[in-house]
Amino acid sequence: MTQINTPHDPQRRRLLVGLGAGGLAVIGMTLVPRAVLADADSMAAAIKERIGDAVMQDGRIGLELPQIAENGNTVPISFEVDSPMSESDYVKAVHVFAEKNPLPNVATFHFTPRSGKARASTRMRLAKTQNIVAVAEMSDGSVYMAKTEVKVTIGGCGG
Amino acid sequence: MAKVKPRVKVPKTAAKGEIIEIKTLISHKMESGQRKDKKTGEKIPRMIINKFTCTYNGVVVFSADWHAAISTNPYMAFNTVATESGTLEFTWVDDDGSTYSKSAKITVQ
Repeated sequence: MTQINTPHDPQRRRLLVGLGAGGLAVIGMTLVPRAVLADADSMAAAIKERIGDAVMQDGRIGLELPQIAENGNTVPISFEVDSPMSESDYVKAVHVFAEKNPLPNVATFHFTPRSGKARASTRMRLAKTQNIVAVAEMSDGSVYMAKTEVKVTIGGCGG
Repeated sequence: MAKVKPRVKVPKTAAKGEIIEIKTLISHKMESGQRKDKKTGEKIPRMIINKFTCTYNGVVVFSADWHAAISTNPYMAFNTVATESGTLEFTWVDDDGSTYSKSAKITVQ
């Protein structure tokens, strides 16, 4: 079941699908020893490497991820950032991080005013249940952030 | 390396100013550098595609930096504005500098 984190704007609020979704047990099979996984600190460092000291605000990013990922080897991720995508006001980049992967960086997507929408979809590997963070850098220097937890039943980073 | 095949899905025609969706897929192992060789116990070295670029009549309209967490056979869908007729070029670059490309033509009315 997909969950969608939307901005806190009542006019764009959509129902979060799968709230309390029916009791699927989380079998936390970690294939990589805990000691070598990333954590909140290394993800924070990875974020800072991209955006420096900019303050991250909530909102504008709609992050679409499954609530439960059956196969950590291929977890679909989509996002769309609310932006006019005009020459004077557009999303420059969106960085995606996985808090507890061996390395927290997943990808950076570079948009241009010719993108039309600051929207992208791909598939990623997740080692275990963790937070996924998307950080959007705007052309005016402002930065937005969205975070969603994905439960992973079979991790996708080991042998 | 096993044959690397890129595939792209681009609408053949579009209205001027229309925001079109492009879907791409490339068959590539995306060896993350985390897996261990079962016999030797050594980590298998990383070998992934780390850069994806889309140009539209020579202008970069979208690009992405991929890290080891992008899945095998990477899928990438994104949008672009249909500005004029011409050619979209897609390029994928490997850690060792190998480049794979695919192009598609679009007619914009």
